[in-house]
Amino acid sequence: MISFLLKKITSLIITLLVSTGVIFILIEVVPGDPVAFMMGLSGSTDAADALRLELGLNVGPWDRYFDWVSGMVNGNFGISYTYRVPVVELIRERALVSVPLTIYALLLSTVIAIPAGLISATRRGSLVDTSFMGFAQLGVAIPNFWFAILLVLFFSTTLKLFSASGFPGWDAGFFICLKALTLPAISLALPQAAILSRVMRSSVLDVMNEDYIRTARAKGLSKKQALFRHGLRNAMIPVLTILGLQFSFLLAGGIIIESVFSLPGLGRLVFQSIIQRDLIVVKSIVTLLVFSVVTITFIVDLLYAAVDPRLREGNS
Amino acid sequence: MKIINLVIILLSSWPCIAWPVTLNVGLQLEPPNLDPTSGAAAAIDDVVYGNIFEGLVRINEDGDVQPGLSLSWDIGDDGKSYIFYLAKGVLFHNGDPFTATDVKFSFSRARSDSSTNAKKYIFKPIVDINVIDPHTVMITLDQARPDFLFNIGLGDAVIVNKDSADRNSFNPVGTGPFKFIKWVRGDRVELERYKKYWGPSVFLEGAHFKFITDPLSAYTAMKAGDIDAFPNYPVPENLFLFENDPAYEVVIGLTAGETILATNNRNPPFDNVLVRKAIAYAIDRSELIDGAMFGNAVPIGSHFAPNHPDYIDLTGLFPHNLDQARQLLLSAGYPNGFSASLKLPPPIYARRTGELIASQLGRVGINIKIENMEWSQWIDQVLINKNYDLSIVSHVEPMDINIYANHNYYFGYDNDEFKQIILDIETNTDALNSSRLYKLAQKKIAEDAVNGYLFQLGKYGVWKTGLKGMWSNYPIRSNDLRGVYLEGDKQ
Repeated sequence: MISFLLKKITSLIITLLVSTGVIFILIEVVPGDPVAFMMGLSGSTDAADALRLELGLNVGPWDRYFDWVSGMVNGNFGISYTYRVPVVELIRERALVSVPLTIYALLLSTVIAIPAGLISATRRGSLVDTSFMGFAQLGVAIPNFWFAILLVLFFSTTLKLFSASGFPGWDAGFFICLKALTLPAISLALPQAAILSRVMRSSVLDVMNEDYIRTARAKGLSKKQALFRHGLRNAMIPVLTILGLQFSFLLAGGIIIESVFSLPGLGRLVFQSIIQRDLIVVKSIVTLLVFSVVTITFIVDLLYAAVDPRLREGNS
Repeated sequence: MKIINLVIILLSSWPCIAWPVTLNVGLQLEPPNLDPTSGAAAAIDDVVYGNIFEGLVRINEDGDVQPGLSLSWDIGDDGKSYIFYLAKGVLFHNGDPFTATDVKFSFSRARSDSSTNAKKYIFKPIVDINVIDPHTVMITLDQARPDFLFNIGLGDAVIVNKDSADRNSFNPVGTGPFKFIKWVRGDRVELERYKKYWGPSVFLEGAHFKFITDPLSAYTAMKAGDIDAFPNYPVPENLFLFENDPAYEVVIGLTAGETILATNNRNPPFDNVLVRKAIAYAIDRSELIDGAMFGNAVPIGSHFAPNHPDYIDLTGLFPHNLDQARQLLLSAGYPNGFSASLKLPPPIYARRTGELIASQLGRVGINIKIENMEWSQWIDQVLINKNYDLSIVSHVEPMDINIYANHNYYFGYDNDEFKQIILDIETNTDALNSSRLYKLAQKKIAEDAVNGYLFQLGKYGVWKTGLKGMWSNYPIRSNDLRGVYLEGDKQ
């Protein structure tokens, strides 16, 4: 178990180091000067020079790379060019929206998808199965931003139950924020739930055809007992993989939903920073996302090991 | 039953009669920071100008210079020296009193070597700032500059406090009627009425500026009641939805944004005035305004705002005439036309107008290849490196016809006669003469067809019926809320 952990952690660190290099190079080669952007159509040149000096953009790329990486190791991500506040603070504020939203959406999608997939699989071919899978088909097909717009038009502009956009901030109260995140979370969760329930269903069906289930049935367990005692654990592995992928996807990929609901999340911060050439913010967030994806994959690996003892033994 | 109805009516109308309200104002762009004396972003002035920060003078809704922190001023006979008589009893939001030394500090800071003020040129002519007494300050210029008063009314020249100036980008401290409370980045900036404001007290309890980038979200947020006012609604094609709804009022005004078909005068074939005139004849402004702006824009014939008193209408100089355009191309030596690129920045007006311009020029044989780009790419390629043929952009700075006197600017217009006109304007102190010179300047660049002059960008105000005092025009970028109130609420 310890060597398994060590191996995973080493690969995590190497992945991160390589990715900082790639991110830095990619961002350096993108044309567009952040200072020129900030000065606009009629800025004076000596003001631009003063600003370049102030932002530390007057030194070579090597120096900037090492400053950046060594700063990050010490927890100092630098100062945003446009916002003029520490990048860490910016990311923290945005993560306080994006992370809860992602968790909320994942919880919703799991709560819907796991039972739906399970019921469909156990009652394969029944009316329930057909209608669940029909809905799932629809859920995959509907673009989430369009679904979000429908939700807003119905719940906000017609019923006026929810506000159409914005995020009050956590100091306004937990439930007020939860309410503000509800429509976005539903629109993010729907397509994910659709995919997840289909994976759950086919995974359970696969497992039910395995030899050990037949053995379990042969020794006298009912179909349900065999499924819950022996099948479910095994059926969860593909579902965990998808969940891990979905978490990473939702964390960074919520940008369209964030735009529809004007939520100050990470996705919109990256987008804005790219447009405004706030390169230091872009670099830091991308690195952070790489870090979170790698970490989540790592956690999912650990969960596999928890669900399936064979994976633990195979690695030691 | 009747009593219940009465109670309901009372309850529903009661808050807006008895209490001043906090206004929710929608803006499309979030400011990068809140210091108007730093970068060039108009989004900063959208929030802070006139609300948090004030200058010595204030520019009002009509673009006129009004007394600000300076209640009156004397200008020396030579036009070089200004004595400003400052308001007394003014407090910054941090409690510090405002005096003449703050004026000296603010202007010295803006013109220092390390200043990142995008309009440093405003302060360049200052030779001396002399604090006569705590409420009188004399500023001496190198020569008479009639535009100096207007310029120090801009957001770039607001008065800041020396203890808080360095933190204005995230914690702005000014002398205005509203003080900064907090900024939830990506969502909103909250302002609250400053109780110790020196001037007439404002009606609003406070204001929340909410940033809504997505055009559709702007619509749903208005309709859901999250937003009380959108001073510059981002989608002109949606305006009719509000015009048809009695709960909202739509006020279409003008911005200081001349939208032009920017032309690279350095490069052939655009160095040839005949070609530029041919383009001017080929452009059909009414088609552009109807097609790209849904009828909500005013045609222009030169680089000047139509609501300015010195404006002259030059749209008739090159009326839409395809035969004339072809004839000119023929005499310029392009009987079969030519190909050119059109580099378009992201705003919706540029992209839509670009498509139409391409087809209009195509009718006279000019084959346009459209290249869409992001702002920073556009700034890099078009503005800085001048690597372009044609572009479409709105010049939103007020009174900026003088950019044509800079031959290094991206149009590359190098004309001594025009430079002399601008020089005369800059040193002339007689109002009548100045008006004549501005007209001359408009005419000169129109006749030379330096750029294609398309339309003045409109300001599309949408707010709840009953809300009064919002600016209908943007002579400068500002949503000054000092005069705003909800009807029935004014005391």
